[in-house]
Amino acid sequence: MTTNGVKRMLELENVHSYYGNIHALQGISLYVNEGEIVTLIGANGAGKSTTIRTISGIMHPREGTIMFDGQPIHDIPAHDLVGQGIAQSPEGRRIFPRLTVRDNLEMGAYKRSDAAGIKEDLEMVFTLFPRLKERRMQMGGTLSGGEQQMLAIGRALMARPRLLLLDEPSMGLAPVLVELIFETVQRINQTGTTILLVEQNALMALEVAKRGYVLQTGTVVLQDDAAALMKNEMVRKVYLGET
Amino acid sequence: MSLELELFIQQVFNGLTIGAYLGLIALGYTMVYGIIELINFAHGDLFAFGFFISLTIFTALGIPRPLEGFNLIVVLPLIFVVTMLLSGGLNVLIDRVAYKPLRNAPRLAPLITAVGMSFALEALFAIWQGPSQINYPRYFPQIDILRDWMGLEPQLLFITTKDLFLFGVTIPLMVGLTLFVDRTKLGKAMRAAAQDREAASMVGINVDRIIATTFFVGGALAGAAGLVWGLYINSGRFLMGFEAGLMAFTAAVLGGIGNIRGAVLGAFIIGLLKAMGDQYIGGAWSRIIIFAVLILLLVFRPSGILGSTQSIEKV
Repeated sequence: MTTNGVKRMLELENVHSYYGNIHALQGISLYVNEGEIVTLIGANGAGKSTTIRTISGIMHPREGTIMFDGQPIHDIPAHDLVGQGIAQSPEGRRIFPRLTVRDNLEMGAYKRSDAAGIKEDLEMVFTLFPRLKERRMQMGGTLSGGEQQMLAIGRALMARPRLLLLDEPSMGLAPVLVELIFETVQRINQTGTTILLVEQNALMALEVAKRGYVLQTGTVVLQDDAAALMKNEMVRKVYLGET
Repeated sequence: MSLELELFIQQVFNGLTIGAYLGLIALGYTMVYGIIELINFAHGDLFAFGFFISLTIFTALGIPRPLEGFNLIVVLPLIFVVTMLLSGGLNVLIDRVAYKPLRNAPRLAPLITAVGMSFALEALFAIWQGPSQINYPRYFPQIDILRDWMGLEPQLLFITTKDLFLFGVTIPLMVGLTLFVDRTKLGKAMRAAAQDREAASMVGINVDRIIATTFFVGGALAGAAGLVWGLYINSGRFLMGFEAGLMAFTAAVLGGIGNIRGAVLGAFIIGLLKAMGDQYIGGAWSRIIIFAVLILLLVFRPSGILGSTQSIEKV
């Protein structure tokens, strides 16, 4: 699907997801164009992580469609989506605590068999995050929070995804590390990876993103260019903490 | 060498032989627990299955005994492979039929199912092979190593080619499994899935397939132990998996359930306890000692010797 030379990579239409009887996503529609950074902002429980989990196939929508490259993916299990080019750095990092940093990264490339490319990407991750290189023989669980976040992002990159889903990469990190993570997110994007970014830190997210969606109780209440959202009065009040 | 010392050395040796086959069974307990947190009480019965199915193959092929030449070098390893494939396959089937439908049920449900599966298998074995003690012919050549090969003249110590065979099979299998889980991509994926199933699926690991692989490997090792037991002890019956299973389970808990090296370590400790108990306290007391160890352990250090005290180390 191409309009004006812009390729639509991901499109959700009227997606409904449930946790048991809890209606977590109540008809989400959004899209991500190739090459963009798009952010989902919103309060705790607004459905941001659920949206990510539904896209990546950890959960499946009860209603609605999810298209990736023009193909429906909403019934495909998570482990198969990785091979199609979608990888994620999940909320809470979820690295493998009792595998070494190196093995964690190797697991990120689980679906690939191009040894040379994997080695190349390992070097690329070590260039992005030199700290991981220093600690490559350490168990993942012994890393600090920030290092674990780097590892979670690095692990996702090892799949060489075309679409990278980042869920709360700044959560629990010191401000200086948050800066580093967001700079890295931009660098990853500049190398051609499309990014869907979920963040509670709305200011930082809108600074790096091209477009944004504001979620409230499982629905999209606002969508616009990131620059416009930053100027939006409601966004400034509710999510950027201005009075 | 004094008689007492020889007796002691012999018991240490016996303990190690018990530990060797228990270790193979304990590995299956610990691997399955590591990945789906299920104590697969039917696991011991895979050991009995390995015993019966290999005996059936030996009988069907009409192999003369003792094994020698071609039969020893080619046919025996082939029977090992077939026994392990069938035992592994049966374990995968058991998981598919009995445990997989309960994967998201409360933990007690698959646990009770595992006990039921164990009863069912034991009943099937009784129908298949009868309820009495079964003779497993002495296929493996038994040569007295110390006297006939080395020309020594100990009063009591008795070590034969069967002992060599037992260690020659079990130790490489244990080392091989450890290397497989530590070093290979599939082994790392098994550990990853054991640590965080959802995160494993996020990196592209098909967790269902990994669980099936785990059941396969565990079943194959238990089947191999059954074959080793048959050729070593030359006797068994339909309930043999029950007791061996309980001891192997104790070994796995002793070492730290979910921990592969722990299972092997625990098995050798249990083996030594049993051999020493048999000799110095009396055979009737050995089980009491072993299960007292299990109870004390569960009370005072449920994470076992190598398990971490904070979170249980898996696979």
